Amino acid sequence: MTAVVEMHDITKVYGEGEAEVRAVDGISLTVEPGEYVAIMGASGSGKSTVMNIIGALDVATSGTYKIDGVDIGDLDDDALSLVRNRRIGFIFQAFNLIPRMSAASNVELPLMYRGVRRSERRRRALDALAKVGLADRSHHQPNELSGGQQQRVAVARALAMEPSLMLADEPTGNLDSRSTADVLDLLDEIHTEGKTIVIITHEDDVAERAGRVVTLRDGKVESDVLAAAR
Amino acid sequence: MIFIEALRSGWQAILANRLRSILTTLGIMIGVAAVIILVAFGQGASNSVTSSIQSLGSNLLYVTPENPNRDGEIVNPSVQELTVDDAIALNDPVRAPDIAGAAPERRTAVTCTSEDRSHSTQIVGTWPSFFSINNSPVSAGAYFSNADELSARRITVIGSTVAESLFPESDPLGRQIACNGVPFTVVGVQAEKGGAFANPDDVVIAPLSAVENSITGYGEVSAISVQASSSETTDDAEEQAIAILDERHGTTEGTRDFEVFNQASLLDTANTALGIFTALLGAVGAISLLVGGIGITNIMLVSVTERTREIGIRKAIGASRRFILLQFLLEATVLSLFGATAGLGLALLVAQIEIAGISPSVVPVSVVGAYVISVAIGLFFGSYPAKRAASLRPIEALRHE
Repeated sequence: MTAVVEMHDITKVYGEGEAEVRAVDGISLTVEPGEYVAIMGASGSGKSTVMNIIGALDVATSGTYKIDGVDIGDLDDDALSLVRNRRIGFIFQAFNLIPRMSAASNVELPLMYRGVRRSERRRRALDALAKVGLADRSHHQPNELSGGQQQRVAVARALAMEPSLMLADEPTGNLDSRSTADVLDLLDEIHTEGKTIVIITHEDDVAERAGRVVTLRDGKVESDVLAAAR
Repeated sequence: MIFIEALRSGWQAILANRLRSILTTLGIMIGVAAVIILVAFGQGASNSVTSSIQSLGSNLLYVTPENPNRDGEIVNPSVQELTVDDAIALNDPVRAPDIAGAAPERRTAVTCTSEDRSHSTQIVGTWPSFFSINNSPVSAGAYFSNADELSARRITVIGSTVAESLFPESDPLGRQIACNGVPFTVVGVQAEKGGAFANPDDVVIAPLSAVENSITGYGEVSAISVQASSSETTDDAEEQAIAILDERHGTTEGTRDFEVFNQASLLDTANTALGIFTALLGAVGAISLLVGGIGITNIMLVSVTERTREIGIRKAIGASRRFILLQFLLEATVLSLFGATAGLGLALLVAQIEIAGISPSVVPVSVVGAYVISVAIGLFFGSYPAKRAASLRPIEALRHE
């Protein structure tokens, strides 16, 4: 089976000469389908950069990176958009819903960019909202929803895309403990249904839910531990 | 498909910022209204001048005597004035096939009186064909006839200004007036002509023979009015008239002792001048349209900056550059089309008003043109902000607060 994420000796360098910063310094990482991986690390460890590269928002300076076996090293801007649209479901710390658009329209948006017909994507959006328990909030705009609800809409948006990889970047960073539990339970449920999840976090209790924890330090992999071994 | 989706996204953005959208639209609205209204006024002015020239008589040529003085020296010492015989010669259907008629005019200033009023005016002694040549119908009564001319009857057709002055409250038909003491019976009142130049209604028209007999004496005439057979043949008629008169007077181009004044060429000149005038007005309107367009760029740039994060989100979840570009371009174009429609409405409203005696006439081309130009403005002035939006990098845009 093809690995969902296959990074080989990835580096990411910002600046030049004396100002050169190696944010990521030779990371190799493979995520198999159905895995639930937490990437941990203090700030400055390079985990945001890794998340951007995994999410195809940014390209590495050197090394190869394949999503579903597709090398994205040489792709241009539009091709990267297409990769994100087809294969990656983002869940951001800041929710990143589009203001003044209903929850349902927000969930539909990636499907629209994919060219799915209106009636079909509305149906899928409502299904996804029902799954995250927000069927009755489909007409609400983001500013009419609580933080926890907004994040669940974001999860629904990622789910509706049926991505190869759910990529969550500090998804509970802006939430209270109850909403945190709600969202993490939701991710657990999605994982049991067979989805591949990569979650970036600096909190141990969030990482505990994952089956595998990768810890970064100074742009390198410090440890890569399966939960069974703990 | 992508077009409709991008249009829908753009439309949502327009609705989300209603006040700003309306203000942007206002700029284009004023520009479009200015173009249509100013061109309509130019056209209205042109129509009014054209109609007053035409009211003088269509297909009209006007022959007047001209002393060919050059630097105070008389070039041709044997200058002949225009005569009644010249007018008769111009009526020759063989030599002048394109001349429908020619009538001599003998004009002189007179003071005419009714029983209790007096009015200074001009008397024109002429032939009955004068009325058809000069496009001058009577509004009441009748013309005088060739029989009247032959018998030198003292009857007259008076202009409407004279009628109002001498008979303000009564019917002038059948009444007597005295011009320089000579009595005339009013048989007709000329229909009001109006006009931009000398008042053509302040005139008393009588048979040439009667005027010569009793007021001016015999001799040269003041002018000969000539009618071409149609407006297309005025130039031919002019050539024929010149040829006949040159032969009779023994003159050539340099020594010519008369001048032919062509109504059609006057109309051409006036139309050219008014066309330039209209174009200038249109250009003034176009400047305000340009300013409106810059307003669109300005607002769209603000909008792109303000929505940087939104654009970042859209790109992160898979919007292509093309889609973002299209969305912003369509947003600008829709704003500008709304402005054009509102501007057209405003222009049609203002065009109902008559200003300084000119009723504006909306030119269809300016309406179509304003629409086409607004779409072009939307695309042109929207393209820079749209390109900026499309080329935003998602990670940087997402970091934007």
